[in-house]
Amino acid sequence: MLAIGVLLAGCHRDDEPQWQLSDISGHMPDLDFHLVDDHGKNVTAQDYRGKVVLLYFGYTHCPDVCPLTLAQLHVVMQRLGPLADGARILFVSVDPARDTPDVMHAYVNAFDPRAVGLTGSPREIEALSKRYRSAFTREPDRADGQYEVSHSSAIYIFDGNGKARLLNTTSQSQDNLVHDLHLLLSLGSKS
Amino acid sequence: MSRRFARALPFLFASLAFATITHATEAEHVRASAAWIRVLPGDLPAGGYVMLENTGDQNATLRDARSTRYASVMLHKSSSDGGVSRMAIVDDMPIPAHGKAELSPGGYHLMLMKPAAPVKVGDKVTLTLTFGDGSTLDTEFVARPANATGFGD
Repeated sequence: MLAIGVLLAGCHRDDEPQWQLSDISGHMPDLDFHLVDDHGKNVTAQDYRGKVVLLYFGYTHCPDVCPLTLAQLHVVMQRLGPLADGARILFVSVDPARDTPDVMHAYVNAFDPRAVGLTGSPREIEALSKRYRSAFTREPDRADGQYEVSHSSAIYIFDGNGKARLLNTTSQSQDNLVHDLHLLLSLGSKS
Repeated sequence: MSRRFARALPFLFASLAFATITHATEAEHVRASAAWIRVLPGDLPAGGYVMLENTGDQNATLRDARSTRYASVMLHKSSSDGGVSRMAIVDDMPIPAHGKAELSPGGYHLMLMKPAAPVKVGDKVTLTLTFGDGSTLDTEFVARPANATGFGD
């Protein structure tokens, strides 16, 4: 609680929040997509208004980096305590051929109750990826017919109005992410 | 090359051969610890992680792994360059003499595919690690939940 007090005091003094992640306000477009959630329901970005959104691209057949990122985000959500209810992790599949809503449902729920798995048509997913200057590439099939997908490691953070606010890259620490989410979620709850 | 050196060559070869015979295998010098598997839902591939310490005077390499519990095990390495996460199959992982090398999330890891039967959290899974000289080390890996961040978090 002391840490929160210090944070808020800092805000009042400087008027502008002191972000530790990359501030992308005004540099990236608002959150916008038409995809299918892990219950098989058609959803748009409007369905997540009012929530701070953590957008991450990945795929379920990725045994290392995607689970690591989602496990770390779970720890971040735990560290945020009750504030985490104001946030959603949107895990967007860059492998819709294998990632059906059912597969996505089991996957995201293994990590955090506030994680949502989104899949959809290759065109919609590509549009969302390009919107945030992100990219993914399906690598050549291995001998066993399986394949990997190279994808962006960034986490894009949007406020409750769908405005792009922060970018978390692999060079930033978990403390940076917790700090900024705390700030963003606290700001949201005041307005 | 001097004649004396040339004359000494057979002895040199003999001693080298002797050294090869008596030299301990890589597996005898490698200690494995904190071995765990991240279990993912359904039949999705899982990641295997372990700390390897080489107590020997010679460099060692981890070349391969296998298990009766998975039809396929591959040594992979994740990397993140220019903000893009990639995964590639690698031939081996070096374990320096008197040093450590770790299979850890975001780096080298074992990709475990096609479990014979579902592997559940808490299960102990034996993986046979194979080193550069062909020697092997059976290591017990503990199955941990998807959202674990390490061996003992």
